[in-house]
Amino acid sequence: MNNETQTNVGPPLWLLAELTYDCPLHCPYCSNPTDLGDTKDELNTQQWLDVFTQARAMGAVQLGFSGGEPLLRKDLEQMVKHSRELGFYTNLITSGIGLTEKRIAKLKVAGLDHIQISFQGADPEMNDIIAGRGNAFEQKFKMAQSVKEQGYPMVLNFVISKQNISQVEDIMRLSCLLKADYVELATAQYYGWAFANRDHLLPSQKQMVDAEKIVNEFRDKQHGKGPKFFFITPDYFEDRPKACMNGWGSTFLTIAPDGSALPCHSAKMLPLEFPNVKNKSISHIWQQDFAFNRFRGDSWMPEPCQSCDEKEKDFGGCRCQAFMMTGNMDATDPVCSKSPDHQLVQEAIELAKNPKQPLFERVNQRNFKGEDIVRIKL
Amino acid sequence: MINPSLQPKVNPMFRLQWEQVQECYVLLYPEGMVKLNGSAGEIMQLIDGNNKVVDIINTLNHKFPDAGDLTEDIYEFLSAAGEKKWLYYEQ
Repeated sequence: MNNETQTNVGPPLWLLAELTYDCPLHCPYCSNPTDLGDTKDELNTQQWLDVFTQARAMGAVQLGFSGGEPLLRKDLEQMVKHSRELGFYTNLITSGIGLTEKRIAKLKVAGLDHIQISFQGADPEMNDIIAGRGNAFEQKFKMAQSVKEQGYPMVLNFVISKQNISQVEDIMRLSCLLKADYVELATAQYYGWAFANRDHLLPSQKQMVDAEKIVNEFRDKQHGKGPKFFFITPDYFEDRPKACMNGWGSTFLTIAPDGSALPCHSAKMLPLEFPNVKNKSISHIWQQDFAFNRFRGDSWMPEPCQSCDEKEKDFGGCRCQAFMMTGNMDATDPVCSKSPDHQLVQEAIELAKNPKQPLFERVNQRNFKGEDIVRIKL
Repeated sequence: MINPSLQPKVNPMFRLQWEQVQECYVLLYPEGMVKLNGSAGEIMQLIDGNNKVVDIINTLNHKFPDAGDLTEDIYEFLSAAGEKKWLYYEQ
């Protein structure tokens, strides 16, 4: 059943192009894989342009340029121009490092629709220690001002962790000052480097409750003015899993720097063989590839999902989370209180109260090995 | 309040576009998309900054003569779209 052609599957509406895993920052919450591969395997300009053309023809409409840091690609403007001409809504998802007023203007001419800038904290001290780079805050601040001055819609993304959660109110004030349109106050998702650093990042339930109260009070005082704030809590404190990626292979298509096609940006960790755009067409990948069909529908589901009346809502949760926590990618997401492995989530919350492992700083090194990791103290 | 002489404009945060694969108009915004139904799409595509509300009503009543008077439906949509900040009116 699973390897049959799925002709009834809808288009990959959302295309995430991870142009490179290289990044000038060292955030320990990074969800990139800890094995970053080799830059020499990155897709070239023509291969990327071809990916955009094929995906657009299938109905993809949102395109995110991401990474790593996508600004490290000198051909970014060319890719923006091509994809905008195809009719994509083009989103640049950046750390802001590498932006200049001139480049913001050049990207505008190329047709870029929106810029999202990540921040690590509300002030230079907090921001730069998490980012692992001096003057990062100042650069982000200036570039955010320029993005708005040049007429772009702007999203700010703050990844929230134990380190900066007490700054939530200051973060919201900063967002108003910078005239952001949308602001994501997003607790780290525990994949890649963030999974290795989970004990250092995962806030306590009390911290989450306190932060949510502050967010709601701040929103009440906005009276419909200023940025729209999204407060995204970690699913570890929920009773039901998230509807990960709106269902495996239903909406999202990620292309990794080396051309691997993935149903989400973390899926490479799973014991599946993923196709590559260097030798397969996007339509073949999306409609016929074994890995993309593997978790479509519900025939793969174990109990308690199989007989659960909420399976249409959350699709059994996140396959990567199930695999990381239980070693079995077919398991029910342990976040679910019905999961036989739910105690693993409870244990993770307990462990985070008193981290025993050192904190790992994200590095650009190839063939990541535990002993090579730079250790920093926050 | 909406009145016939107002000239609605699409909020520059949004882009209206026909999507062939989905066979509908969509509104695109940072990392998001709203699929418009048939009548919403008909109204939105007439919002070009020049058409007044009255022009939109006349055009659509003329285009769909069998649908009866569409004035109320159009007012209702414009009001909802204004609340969602898809549209704005210059004072």
